[in-house]
Amino acid sequence: MADTLFAYILHTDGKVDDTAFELISAAKKIVPGTLPTAVIFGSGGSLDTACNQLSSQYPQVWKIDHPALAYPNAEVIRGLLVRLLPENGLMLIPHEHFGMDLAPGLSIKSDAAYIPDVVHIQGLQDGILTVVREEFNGQISTHVACDISKGAVVTLRAGAFQPVEARSETGRILDKTDTAIQGDLPGGNRRFLELVEAPVGDVDITKSDILISVGRGIEEEENLEMVHALAKAMGGDVSCSRPIVDAKWLEKSRQVGTSGQTVKPKVYLALGISGSFQHMGGVKGAPFVVAVNKNPKAPIFQSADVGVVADILELIPKLTEKVQEVKG
Amino acid sequence: MEILVCVKRVPDTAENEIAVNRDGTDIERNDLVYSVNEWDNYAVEEAIQIRDRVGGTVTVISVGDEASEEVLRREMAMGADKGILLCDPVFEGSDGRGIAGILKAAVERGSYDLILTGAQADDGSGQIGGMLAAMLDWPYASLVNTIEILDGNRIKVGREIAGGNQEMNEIDLPCVLSIQTGINEPRYVGIRGIRKVASMEIPVQGSAELGIPPESVGAAGAKVKRLDYFVPEMGQGAEMLEGSIDEIIEKLTELLKSKGGLK
Repeated sequence: MADTLFAYILHTDGKVDDTAFELISAAKKIVPGTLPTAVIFGSGGSLDTACNQLSSQYPQVWKIDHPALAYPNAEVIRGLLVRLLPENGLMLIPHEHFGMDLAPGLSIKSDAAYIPDVVHIQGLQDGILTVVREEFNGQISTHVACDISKGAVVTLRAGAFQPVEARSETGRILDKTDTAIQGDLPGGNRRFLELVEAPVGDVDITKSDILISVGRGIEEEENLEMVHALAKAMGGDVSCSRPIVDAKWLEKSRQVGTSGQTVKPKVYLALGISGSFQHMGGVKGAPFVVAVNKNPKAPIFQSADVGVVADILELIPKLTEKVQEVKG
Repeated sequence: MEILVCVKRVPDTAENEIAVNRDGTDIERNDLVYSVNEWDNYAVEEAIQIRDRVGGTVTVISVGDEASEEVLRREMAMGADKGILLCDPVFEGSDGRGIAGILKAAVERGSYDLILTGAQADDGSGQIGGMLAAMLDWPYASLVNTIEILDGNRIKVGREIAGGNQEMNEIDLPCVLSIQTGINEPRYVGIRGIRKVASMEIPVQGSAELGIPPESVGAAGAKVKRLDYFVPEMGQGAEMLEGSIDEIIEKLTELLKSKGGLK
């Protein structure tokens, strides 16, 4: 299957994304001993730098080099991939904002099956790939099976697969630009304009050692006051999960998660946060995680060191009082 | 602008502890609280706001069983003008591609400039919008968190990408967009609003009306099959603190102190 297995490579400024090396270990779980071909789109020097980095792990790298590909536009890249991939190709793509933009439509245009957001690969038998997915915000898992003999697009959750180590031999870099472009670029009806950087907030939670992080369980905006009081008592900063920012109760700069900030505190106190993978994806550096949630099945208890099943509205004032007492 | 919004009735994960049934063939559905998928609700609000700015109509559509009618009615109470329910026993067990195909057939029987979906739903796939767009040969953008109507042919959309950054794109109409939460503040729907739309008719269309070959949808047409449901085993998990609330607070404070959580 070596000539039908492909990995989509994310990269910025000449640096290959960590997911590139996670896709290899996912591929090895599908077909033991088989390494996929890396497919990378970009432009100029930063693309070459990324290709060189890839060739230490991938036996073969397909590069597509064009000024219009300097910033990845899923509508353009989808059309190019359809031209490049063989009919029974198996395309592995990281499941993040670009993969979500690209993969569903790619599966339709290449008439392939689509298996999204895979967290574990059980294996391939008689052309049937069996994987594990999560549903209901991570509360429940499912085994999913799919006939991939006529091709498939599979997206893989970032961080769910261990990245592989470098190999001893260097891979080949093949320039596939002419095969892909063939005179014109597809996808002209969506045009990239610019990137708008996140506004800087009043507190930089990425530098905090102690984070008191609050989620949906806080219920009302006015209840945030008690969270600020606890943070003050502990000497930490207040951060939050997505619903709090969606409700406009706290600034976006305080949101922890893949679509918000990546934090690396020493202590992370998660209050009323269910603990979706998007949220926990923003918590790095192995902090001591304490989770308080009234739902004993909340996924956060799987990634926490210490858990308490309680109503945070009852617990927070009492904890604040105790902390103040201990600190004198 | 003629806007179609695809919505789904789902168990509310914020309100429910989801459990697996005894033989692992489904989740326990008795006593579950159902609601409209949260992302879809933002999509409907956005459609209503666009209509109120530039004119047109908002139609909400759902593939589901009879119970999905209540979700459509709720979104009509928010301000959507029409509802369509795509309901047929042969649709049951469809995979994402099957659902997108059913929606495509309904889209082709109407005339729309803009289709909105939620960015994802209970199964977390986020696949319907992108598939539908590709089937229709319309452009697509996912995870949209701002929409600006430029003229009758083009709109400007912001996509939410990593680290709180936003990617701005111009996209031609007609197009499909998947909507991220936080794009707006969905209005509250009171019981009075629901009553106002209680007598409005919601047409139901099945495979015959839509011209869909039954074998192409449902479990029969699905390439991707769910084998079972199970509760993930994920190692040890947290050490759970137990006892009275005062005892828990005592232990918790000690732990926080020893781990450097008090400054």
